[in-house]
Amino acid sequence: MNRISRRTWLAGGLSAAAGVGVAAALARRNGLIPPDAGLRFGTGATLTYAAQRLLTRHSHAREFPRSQISARPFANPTQMKEAAYQQSLEARFAGWELAVEGLVTRPGPIALSELKRLPARRQITQLVCEEGWSYIAEWTGAPLASVLEAAGARPEARYVVYYSMEPGWWDSVDMADALHPQTLLAYGMNGSPLPPEFGGPLRMRVPRQLGYKSVKFINRLVVTDNLKGFGKGYGSAPPEFGYSWYAGI
Amino acid sequence: MAEDASSPRHALLVRLTHWLTALCFLALLISGLQLVISHPRFYWGETGNVMTPALFQLPIPSSRASVPTGYGYVLPDQNGWSRALHFQAAWLVVFTGLLYLGAGFLTRHFHSNLLPHRASLTWTVLRGEVISHLRLKQPERDEADSYNLLQRLAYLAVVFALFPLMIWTGLAMSPAFVSVFPAAVETLGGHQSARTIHFFTTIALVSFVLIHIAMVSLAGFAPRVRAMITGRAVSPRRTP
Repeated sequence: MNRISRRTWLAGGLSAAAGVGVAAALARRNGLIPPDAGLRFGTGATLTYAAQRLLTRHSHAREFPRSQISARPFANPTQMKEAAYQQSLEARFAGWELAVEGLVTRPGPIALSELKRLPARRQITQLVCEEGWSYIAEWTGAPLASVLEAAGARPEARYVVYYSMEPGWWDSVDMADALHPQTLLAYGMNGSPLPPEFGGPLRMRVPRQLGYKSVKFINRLVVTDNLKGFGKGYGSAPPEFGYSWYAGI
Repeated sequence: MAEDASSPRHALLVRLTHWLTALCFLALLISGLQLVISHPRFYWGETGNVMTPALFQLPIPSSRASVPTGYGYVLPDQNGWSRALHFQAAWLVVFTGLLYLGAGFLTRHFHSNLLPHRASLTWTVLRGEVISHLRLKQPERDEADSYNLLQRLAYLAVVFALFPLMIWTGLAMSPAFVSVFPAAVETLGGHQSARTIHFFTTIALVSFVLIHIAMVSLAGFAPRVRAMITGRAVSPRRTP
């Protein structure tokens, strides 16, 4: 290779820096910067999020034939010692409600029984844990999109934040995932009501992302245009202990 | 290879991408091992978890209490930063690899330095090379100027087989990526097969790195490393 002159280096360096600057501005304008981009390793997280948002615009998570449903699924143990949860469990979740707040024209709680009256979607998808294990199950639930439609989500909505009854657990998805037909508020698993160890009575299912986005024991949604006011502002609880907000990998 | 004395032993771009790749590989290896520790069980096919039989389980403790390891303790969870570092380094190694491949084809690096000479591709030559390597014979001085047959084959395998397989199996584990390209995981036999192949490819690459460092040491660690940093080989060059 020929000797590269100092001028070539300078020109190359400057145009690379300009290119990165233009790309960052374009990404910001098109909502391709994740809320945890400012954290350590935010560059990698941003590249992944931006690349996959462009790539997965119309994609569907893989769905499987019934014969591939795992005979022995596994759920990470949770510690739902909450008195309120235990009482609800004893009452077979009869009074479980999903609070819907934020940028919606009709805020208020939706009873689990109401949620089950919305048109249901059943899908056989794989749950992949960030640790490496996985299982396939059939999930039944109300698409998050229909819940947002019922509540009248406003056009300026950019994220949907969801909370678990388990203290400290909350997460969020952008509208691409919130409105995706496979994103479910799931209340059924393999033909039965969702068992408590799998997050019953209600869990989020975001099958194009890792299992930790599929938060268990969901009882509250907040529609927002800005994640700054939630927790430390990184979009979900996992970035606060080192995990990325976007988990499509 | 007869070149004029001012042309370096290794081109600048080869040196730059070599060290970037080395740095990324170290980061990917350390973070990858941390991720394996959170579930040191491997499976074949689509699914697998602690409720199902494993293809094999590494005899190491785990960073998750839910994995039965036989050890009476649980290692600290390091997955947060490990995942972030793994993917950051993966992006960098992909960019580095593309730069190396692009420049390699443009400058005919693969053709002139890595593709074995047709004449040397015989069983006799290959056997001779293997034997001299196994005897840990010091390389001839002219090997400081070009690669021998085994080196060429090993480097070609790393560049065109192991690294692509690593990236493919890595992407095959991404639920978002396979939502667009399901064939990426289905051709491998499923999500868990992809993870297992990713692990075995790591073993192959680690073996390569160990042998690579051993051979560099045999040939003279300091001068060879210096040549990969500065581009200049120290052995006096024979005039063309």
